[in-house]
Amino acid sequence: MNHPSPLSRLAPRAGALSGCAEGEVIHERGQREVFCGLTGIIWLHRKIQDAFFLIVGSRTCAHLMQSAAGVMIFAEPRFATAIIDERDLAGLADANEELDRLVTKLIARRPDIRLLFLVGSCPSEVIKLDLSRAAQRLDSVLSPGVRVLNYSGSGIETTFTQGEDACLAALVPEMAEAKAEDRSLLIVGALAETVEDQFRRLFAEMGVGPVTFLPPRRAAELPAVGPGTRMLLAQPFLADTARSLETRGAKRLAAPFPLGMEGTTGWLAAAAEEWGVPRQRFDDAVAAPRRRAAIALAAHRERLEGSRIFFFPDSQLEIPLARFCAAELGMTPLEIGTPYLHREHLAEELALLPAGSRIVEGQHVERQLDRCREARPDIAVCGLGLANPLEAEGITTKWSIELVFTPIQGFDQAGDLAGLFARPLSRRDRLEV
Amino acid sequence: MHLAVWTYEGPPHVGAMRIAASMRDVHYVLHAPQGDTYADLLFTMIARQKARPPVTYTTFQARDLGGDTAGLFKAACADAYDRFRPAALLVGSSCTAELIQDDPGGLAEGMDLPIPVVPLELPAYQRKENWGAAETFYRLVRAFAGPSAPPPGTARAPRAAGHRPRCNILGPTALGFRHRDDVTEIVSLLGRIGVDVNVVAPLGASVADLARLGEAEMNVVLYPEVAGVAAAWLGRTFGQRTIRAIPIGVLGTRGFIAEIAEAAGLDADVLLAAEESRLPWYSRSVDSTYLTGKRVFIFGDATHAIAAARVAAKELGFAVVGLGTYAREFGREVREAAAEYGVEPLITDDYLEVEAKVAELQPELVLGTQMERHIAKRLGIPCAVISAPVHVQDFPARYSPQMGFEGANVLFDTWVHPLMMGLEEHLLGMFRDDFEFHDGAAPSHLGHAPTPRTEPAPEPALAVSTAAPAVAPAAPEPPGQPGWTPEAEKELGRIPFFVRGKARRNTERFASERGLVRITVETLYDAKAHFSR
Repeated sequence: MNHPSPLSRLAPRAGALSGCAEGEVIHERGQREVFCGLTGIIWLHRKIQDAFFLIVGSRTCAHLMQSAAGVMIFAEPRFATAIIDERDLAGLADANEELDRLVTKLIARRPDIRLLFLVGSCPSEVIKLDLSRAAQRLDSVLSPGVRVLNYSGSGIETTFTQGEDACLAALVPEMAEAKAEDRSLLIVGALAETVEDQFRRLFAEMGVGPVTFLPPRRAAELPAVGPGTRMLLAQPFLADTARSLETRGAKRLAAPFPLGMEGTTGWLAAAAEEWGVPRQRFDDAVAAPRRRAAIALAAHRERLEGSRIFFFPDSQLEIPLARFCAAELGMTPLEIGTPYLHREHLAEELALLPAGSRIVEGQHVERQLDRCREARPDIAVCGLGLANPLEAEGITTKWSIELVFTPIQGFDQAGDLAGLFARPLSRRDRLEV
Repeated sequence: MHLAVWTYEGPPHVGAMRIAASMRDVHYVLHAPQGDTYADLLFTMIARQKARPPVTYTTFQARDLGGDTAGLFKAACADAYDRFRPAALLVGSSCTAELIQDDPGGLAEGMDLPIPVVPLELPAYQRKENWGAAETFYRLVRAFAGPSAPPPGTARAPRAAGHRPRCNILGPTALGFRHRDDVTEIVSLLGRIGVDVNVVAPLGASVADLARLGEAEMNVVLYPEVAGVAAAWLGRTFGQRTIRAIPIGVLGTRGFIAEIAEAAGLDADVLLAAEESRLPWYSRSVDSTYLTGKRVFIFGDATHAIAAARVAAKELGFAVVGLGTYAREFGREVREAAAEYGVEPLITDDYLEVEAKVAELQPELVLGTQMERHIAKRLGIPCAVISAPVHVQDFPARYSPQMGFEGANVLFDTWVHPLMMGLEEHLLGMFRDDFEFHDGAAPSHLGHAPTPRTEPAPEPALAVSTAAPAVAPAAPEPPGQPGWTPEAEKELGRIPFFVRGKARRNTERFASERGLVRITVETLYDAKAHFSR
């Protein structure tokens, strides 16, 4: 190969990084081995239990949806694809009339649906099918029984978790106006219900509240928002949602993300501070779960300490995860790939990363693989398309998608999160074949 | 526009990927938006391939659309050539790139790459995965076997004396259902018939192998869905005979041997007389008597579905109650086969339609794809998988062909075992009032001491409230259903679980047609007599 070593080309710049907060980040362009935003439907449809997600797209979109989930559970799910065909493209059929026909059929079949998302895809964006107008038209017919909204999960506009951002941003205009004097804490970003309940209990013990969640479990439970709303982002990929909420008067509380014992403490502390919770009360509230987390982490830290980890870009969770691995497990991040870096939302995280961490925004998958092979990490965090090939080359991997589908936030999940990194290594230790 | 919940086939470019991933030295540059790289995981996760499929995606984003997406494509071609050094480049568009009309074929040909470029036109809004695979394979075969084609009308020279006849094996691909093991089985079988294999393609073939396709005197088309078009062209161009018999099941394999022997002028009587599969004897042995007339529903790609119906009916003594395919291109063949078994053919790629049909027919066994396996699981019906679309389970570690005599053994085992499991469940149910078998007892094979039951088994709950069938349809029961007496409910519980749902439904239908309010034990048996006419 006549390319100069990609690692050596990056090394001088990476060496110049001293604190990531100052912001030297390497940008890369090339083939991106990532999912598109449609994939978010896989967890969003389970989260909002009376919502239906209708992708307006191609057979590829439908095929992605059933392949990306890893396991196909062939129940009748609350998502489907309206597949555009040649008649729609040739203008023989009016795409809007076709869409109306399918939606009418769908709603008749699924009377349990209260919220319908029309989800834009690459083909619908390229042919400029106006789904916001279609949603308005259908909403005027179907509401109040069924609300119809739209967002784009297309690969040309969104990478993987950005689909959730687009979906939540579409919900913001639907949120009721809260009175200016009504102070509340809004947790933004889909979390597992057990995690939500844990946070609810912690906030209650500290006297922080009322606490609401976006997305809600049911469409009718959409929280109100206003100038008294303080928001804590539970996920690092919510740029558009946060911006929309800010235009509604909400103020973002700057915080690290609730991954690991320290991340969760910092996240909760941001709200406690805003609510003026006395130090002692905060410490009392978090003491027991912190103790549990410390015990759970210690067991994994033994195996993971000193291991070198390489992150391929996937969910935008990479920077908080790298911070957790470094600070709480004693691991060394060799490269932290992220599809997109939101400096403001990640400012607290960046400050906590070890000096000299190499952050790569964007992707050129072939060059990144070259760097990974050259660096020989103890574990690489990557997508499903890369995992087995890297394993076959002798590099232990962790599927990044599991970090999105598994509850990993909060004190009582800190050990589980560490376990996700420890298990592949422990498996390697056991196997003698 | 049409609504799809689940899909049997991917888009046509995934078919092209299957061909590229099957071959040794072809690389596919796909003009596609970010996100289409999901298709890699089909190969690395489902088929557990150790290498990424040989595909480079342009992964353009919205910001590229206003700019030079054609330039992006050319850069991707140049990079792919530099990095992978393939013997040939396939180029084409995914569904989105088809809309922006960059003409990948023209762009790549204009680049003067030092290797042949095969452009693909795969209309994503009309066609599907298998069509894409067939078209891609045909384009490759034409491109590389074409240059050695004799002038049209040239008669094929007879085989030189003392040489064994040679054939090509066409159609096996990456992500195919048991293709890996089928090839091993059929190559060995051909060897015993006395026929040498010239080229197996696309699975494991190189571009140079494709160039030699014309040297064989016949083509064995194992999977017409993929190789039918290419074989027809080869037949016309090189005067090669096409072997169409599908060697699935004992009868299928014998038919295949006979067709090859006839085409090659060989005597296969000894091989045909030898009973190489255990299936015929296992099927005749008295233990298999209970298989007689088992009602089986079959759905899959056309080749596997038609072959499965023959094996089910003629080799295992089942009753075929439904036969269908998602491959409309092969609708005619499936209709003919369905007529032979006197059933209505089901030609559809609508998963919900297939599910409704299975629920309606209440078969005792489902032979289908991974999707029918889920339907069957939900309806509590035993199932075995016979066809793509595939899941990771369809790539077993052990040797497990579907074709040839060993394949027939595999079919016997994999189709009969689910029924035996059903039988075991029934026996457990029959003995469930015995103390060893009560619900709280651990399975005896786990070696725990039996936990004695402390209270008597509860009687089945009363009447209407339990009217939800054991085998649940999606819809709730309509109001006005006749109610079950406790005795009738208990009697129903003695019926094997895999037919219990049907018995319940039939009895309820029988009762409501006669305006009966209560279903007694008598009603249950009256209904049984009525429906067994």
